[in-house]
Amino acid sequence: MSVAPLALYGVDLTSRLLAGTAQYPSPAILASAVKAARAEVVTVSLRRETGNGRSGESFWTLIRDLGVKVLPNTAGCRSVKEAVTTAQMAREVFGTSWIKLEVIGEDDTLQPDVFGLVEAAGILARDGFSVFPYMTEDLVVAEKLLGAGCEVLMPWGAPIGSGRGLNNRFGLKALRAHFPNVPLIVDAGIGTPSHAAEAMELGYDAVLLNTAIAKAGDPVMMAEAFAGAVEAGRLAYLAGAMEPRNMAAPSTPTAGLPFGGSLRA
Amino acid sequence: MQIRVNGKELNVAAATLAALLNELDYQDATVATALNQSFVRKADREDTHLHEGDAVEILVPKQGG
Repeated sequence: MSVAPLALYGVDLTSRLLAGTAQYPSPAILASAVKAARAEVVTVSLRRETGNGRSGESFWTLIRDLGVKVLPNTAGCRSVKEAVTTAQMAREVFGTSWIKLEVIGEDDTLQPDVFGLVEAAGILARDGFSVFPYMTEDLVVAEKLLGAGCEVLMPWGAPIGSGRGLNNRFGLKALRAHFPNVPLIVDAGIGTPSHAAEAMELGYDAVLLNTAIAKAGDPVMMAEAFAGAVEAGRLAYLAGAMEPRNMAAPSTPTAGLPFGGSLRA
Repeated sequence: MQIRVNGKELNVAAATLAALLNELDYQDATVATALNQSFVRKADREDTHLHEGDAVEILVPKQGG
């Protein structure tokens, strides 16, 4: 079944699953998992080279060979200055103005520093970046990020790497309802395909996840499971779900009930 | 000249950022550079002079989430 593409900063995507590239058991499993996830966008980062190797170079070759679009991040940045400088460095190395903007404010939860986030988003948007801000599900922060020039918002489901799913389903629903025309991506906290399907059923445009696939017992199989869940969730949202009821309602017609119900005790 | 490269103290001969990349064997590598926390474009490395105590970051593509 064909579903309308997702447009992010003017780029049409068929896949609504954005995949991280970290924590995989091997580069080969990473490559297979990205293919199994049917991901068209993968996140990458910039780091210091460790040792005397050229692992950065071989990683970059692997990603380029996958033929996917890259979304560099500013993971680990704790100040506006660090995030902006990292974004500028990433734009040159990866050849894209897309940036997943993270400004981390708290170590235990890796919760975004939304004040720094809004400031950095404004600086980067004015500098021509297409900013994908990693944010909390706060409506006011969302407004300010849109005002700063963001055209996509990425609220967390739960803390990064926690796998806890959608911690604030009500808040995420409110955000969706408040910004019906802004592409919204749940980024972080998704642990299972059912979490991803739930986000998509709420009307989220896509999900971004990493650990849930990379740390699965079989990452490639889990990638396939997530791909199916994201597609199912999207179709369910478009199809329109039934309203829940408090009481049972027979699904089999009651008209023509055998024996007219006369054999009931 | 004593500078910090990726957080480590190094004694280097290079006078420019471009020369430093050569000295550290990064000449053919895909890297991004920053000097004292400010981005330095590839095209500007040749003209970016290093001074005692400078902090240089040389970053490469890595896995990310």
